[in-house]
Amino acid sequence: MNRLAINLNGVDFKNPVIAASGTYGFGREYNEFYPISRLGGISCKGMTIREKLGNPPPRIAETPDGILNSVGLQNPGVEHFIEHDLPWLKQQDIVVIANIAGSTEEDYAAIAEKVNASDVDMVELNISCPNVKAGGAAFGTSPDCAANITRIVREKCPNKPLMVKLSPNVTSISEIAKAVEAAGADSVSLINTLLGMRIDIRTRRPILKNNKGGMSGPAVFPIAVRMVNEVYNAVKIPVIGLGGIATWQDAIEMVLAGASAIQVGTAMFTDPYAPLHIIEGMDEYLEENNIDNIAELVGGVKLW
Amino acid sequence: MKYTQELCPIIQKDTLNRTTFSFVVKSEKAVQTMQPGQFANLRVAGKTLRRPISVCGFNREEGWIRFVFEIRGEGTAILARMNEGDTLDILAPLGNGFAIDPTEKAVFVGGGIGVPPLLGASAPYGENATVLLGFRNMRAIILSDEFEANGADVRIATDDGSYGHHGFVTQLLAQRLDEAPCDVIYACGPTPMLKLVAAEAEQRGIRCMVSLEERMGCGVGACLVCACKTKREDGSETYRHVCKNGPVFDSREVVWE
Repeated sequence: MNRLAINLNGVDFKNPVIAASGTYGFGREYNEFYPISRLGGISCKGMTIREKLGNPPPRIAETPDGILNSVGLQNPGVEHFIEHDLPWLKQQDIVVIANIAGSTEEDYAAIAEKVNASDVDMVELNISCPNVKAGGAAFGTSPDCAANITRIVREKCPNKPLMVKLSPNVTSISEIAKAVEAAGADSVSLINTLLGMRIDIRTRRPILKNNKGGMSGPAVFPIAVRMVNEVYNAVKIPVIGLGGIATWQDAIEMVLAGASAIQVGTAMFTDPYAPLHIIEGMDEYLEENNIDNIAELVGGVKLW
Repeated sequence: MKYTQELCPIIQKDTLNRTTFSFVVKSEKAVQTMQPGQFANLRVAGKTLRRPISVCGFNREEGWIRFVFEIRGEGTAILARMNEGDTLDILAPLGNGFAIDPTEKAVFVGGGIGVPPLLGASAPYGENATVLLGFRNMRAIILSDEFEANGADVRIATDDGSYGHHGFVTQLLAQRLDEAPCDVIYACGPTPMLKLVAAEAEQRGIRCMVSLEERMGCGVGACLVCACKTKREDGSETYRHVCKNGPVFDSREVVWE
């Protein structure tokens, strides 16, 4: 039997490793290294109802054990994705998760309707992108706003399992998680990036043209573990853990904290094969510890 | 599979000047489909991001790739401390290179650390290549003897006049184009230089290909950080990406800011 197979919100995954949104495009580039079907799922680059050009460069800065990015949701628009990328992705034997974002309630409603009528397997609602002015994150930072957007998308997108991606840039992430659970979310994914900034001391200018950006990579991992554990203890719906996972040991740790599945993002830049090494290592760990299925480990940490 | 991850032993390390290094690495897979002007993403011990380094030269039969890079920060400083016998973890070949047609008269314009990719690109042109190189000063000059050994007409400019033409390499370009026509211009160097080269080419109606640089993430076109503003065919502007759509672009496509 497959020790890593999971069912998340009614969707079967061959393993719990998902490519994180924004780091894997629509899968085509990494399919030039290895068949992306070896991953359990792909959360596609965040999409909006209309094409978005994104922020001016530089859009990336390195930090100790991590990066800052300020891409600003550059994407070709949801219709372009449904027409050009989704048919290809659906042939790759991988769970396809559409990550959707917007800057107004109307945008979210419109894109929710589009993905509801498409062939995607799941929807990840991005209410937490830190890089887009007057949108994204603004919806994710208060329980009421997060619940409101979740309710709107839930209503317009009744046919797809709905995962809501949470921002760590809040006072209490478990309050937000409880609010979106009550508003109809089927699962929550966390954490999105942490807001950060770097300054070039020669030019006295921020390295990012957007001044600030979202921090990710191994440096944020302990924060992600803590938040996943808090949210796991606060809600009944599944939690998908992400934030700095780079090794199979990190992945197992995240599962013990409460993650039913995990996402790998920034690690891909260091090593495009990182998700494959993680899958292999998780499988060996389960075998060595006589665990029949990864689900048995979820939330298995014994707090002091 | 277009992209390869390969572990390449460093077989020759040379110090070109205080801050510029040349590595020749052994490659069996990546070298097979490599083109001049492409790049590799080099893993740096202890760093989250790889460092994109252009390919200076390669040989398919002999199975090697050469990288020439300058210490720009911590990452390249770590790379520079590597030695013969160490193994370089590379993703390659990445990006689109130069379209090579050695029957054409070509002018290559390089500035500083933009010079190395032009060596491999200009080699097949032999005497059909004019190579114009700009450096800060005489001590910063690299690879000029190797361009000459390939048969190219090599001319050098330095910012401080310590060698060759005292001034910018773009002045050498205007001078060269006044002497005789050429079919194509290939350029790699700092953005202000590329902008001037592109303007000169456009004014004279010469095809011009520029190799651009931007801070990169994945190196393969997935993360969309290395954005470059370009014009679409209908004239509207968009962001394309240096790693996947470039690094070599038609200069008329680039929006110079």
